Amino acid sequence: MNAQPQIFGTYLFDGAAAQRGYALNKMCYSFNSAANREAFLAGEEGYMRAYGLNEAQAQAIRARDVLGLLHAGGNVYYLAKFAGILKLDVQDLGAAQTGVSKDEFKARLVAQNNQPDHL
Amino acid sequence: MARILGALTTSHVPAIGGALARGAQDEPYWKPFFDGFKPVRAWLDEVKPDVAVVFYNDHGLNFFLDKLPTFAVGAAKQYVNEDEGWGIPSLPPIPGIPELSWAIIERLVASDFDVTTCQEMLVDHAFTLPLKLFWPETFQTIVTVPVCINTVQFPLPSAKRCIALGREIGEAVAAWNSDKKVVMVGSGGLSHQLEGERAGFINKPFDLAFMRSLIDDPEWAAQYTIPQLVEKTGTQGVELLMWLAARAAVPGAVREVHRNYHIPISNTAAGTMAMAAKDLIATE
Repeated sequence: MNAQPQIFGTYLFDGAAAQRGYALNKMCYSFNSAANREAFLAGEEGYMRAYGLNEAQAQAIRARDVLGLLHAGGNVYYLAKFAGILKLDVQDLGAAQTGVSKDEFKARLVAQNNQPDHL
Repeated sequence: MARILGALTTSHVPAIGGALARGAQDEPYWKPFFDGFKPVRAWLDEVKPDVAVVFYNDHGLNFFLDKLPTFAVGAAKQYVNEDEGWGIPSLPPIPGIPELSWAIIERLVASDFDVTTCQEMLVDHAFTLPLKLFWPETFQTIVTVPVCINTVQFPLPSAKRCIALGREIGEAVAAWNSDKKVVMVGSGGLSHQLEGERAGFINKPFDLAFMRSLIDDPEWAAQYTIPQLVEKTGTQGVELLMWLAARAAVPGAVREVHRNYHIPISNTAAGTMAMAAKDLIATE
């Protein structure tokens, strides 16, 4: 068995996270439907209560706090649907999580072209 | 017997769907990505596949955490694409081919892959974008078998296991009593990470080595555990499992038809490959 790496700034969405984040992720999964997205925007607090979010999850939703949502058990595939409601794309999310502006985040991505071609 | 033409692989960022809907293929940001498909389409125009077996990962359209299969095989007459929450226009339903789906399911279960079977299955961008990219005008003429591999919730199946899955599916297709021509499609990767303080992670040398390995040494990536693959490619880069399964579904050696690699599309190192099966080489 190979040793498993500890990876900086990386959250593996495992069974513990899947249990912790179930209500939050279920709410975000509901945002596949346009009607549900509208219902959320029409009354965020009531919508969160209907899905049974805990206080940490609700607070992270209120604050649009991406890292807080991850810590509260959010899975990025579902959180992306919440971000969609806010008209945010994954580069907005990346900038928010890494503490840089969106333009800086995009520039960082382009700069990855300078990596070597060979391992 | 059915004939396996080869494998096609590509990244599947949702923003590609937005670019297609806007007709942005020739914009400077998008052109290096979309141009990578032109030689692949030229090859497809020559070899003319009838069927695509599509290895992809669902992003929370069909499957939620209430019931989340590790491996799921579609067995429907058609697959419906729906809004994933971003309002990107959805495609009309994509035709299925239950006869081949069941041949694959029977072979998989007989070889100890206890898969979930789906007679209704919504398909998301990871399934539809490759069809639109490889067959922009004619994607509805290709009949499909979706094979969904879980990359949402850990533990994920190992690289070795995904290769074994692909190999059995290749055997099932090769044994299928049909005159159809089949291509394997792998949708996902390459290196990228959406979440956490490491968001934006890209590993160009690993991606390029991985692409080369599909031609020269298709089990190279199986030396790594899933957490090691996450470390090397990012939490979503691990979607390269789809490429491994698609490549493994082509028996024997392959010839590279084309490859393209471009950083970045959205947060992703975008890769595209087309590989022709060895027995196809013999007849060329």
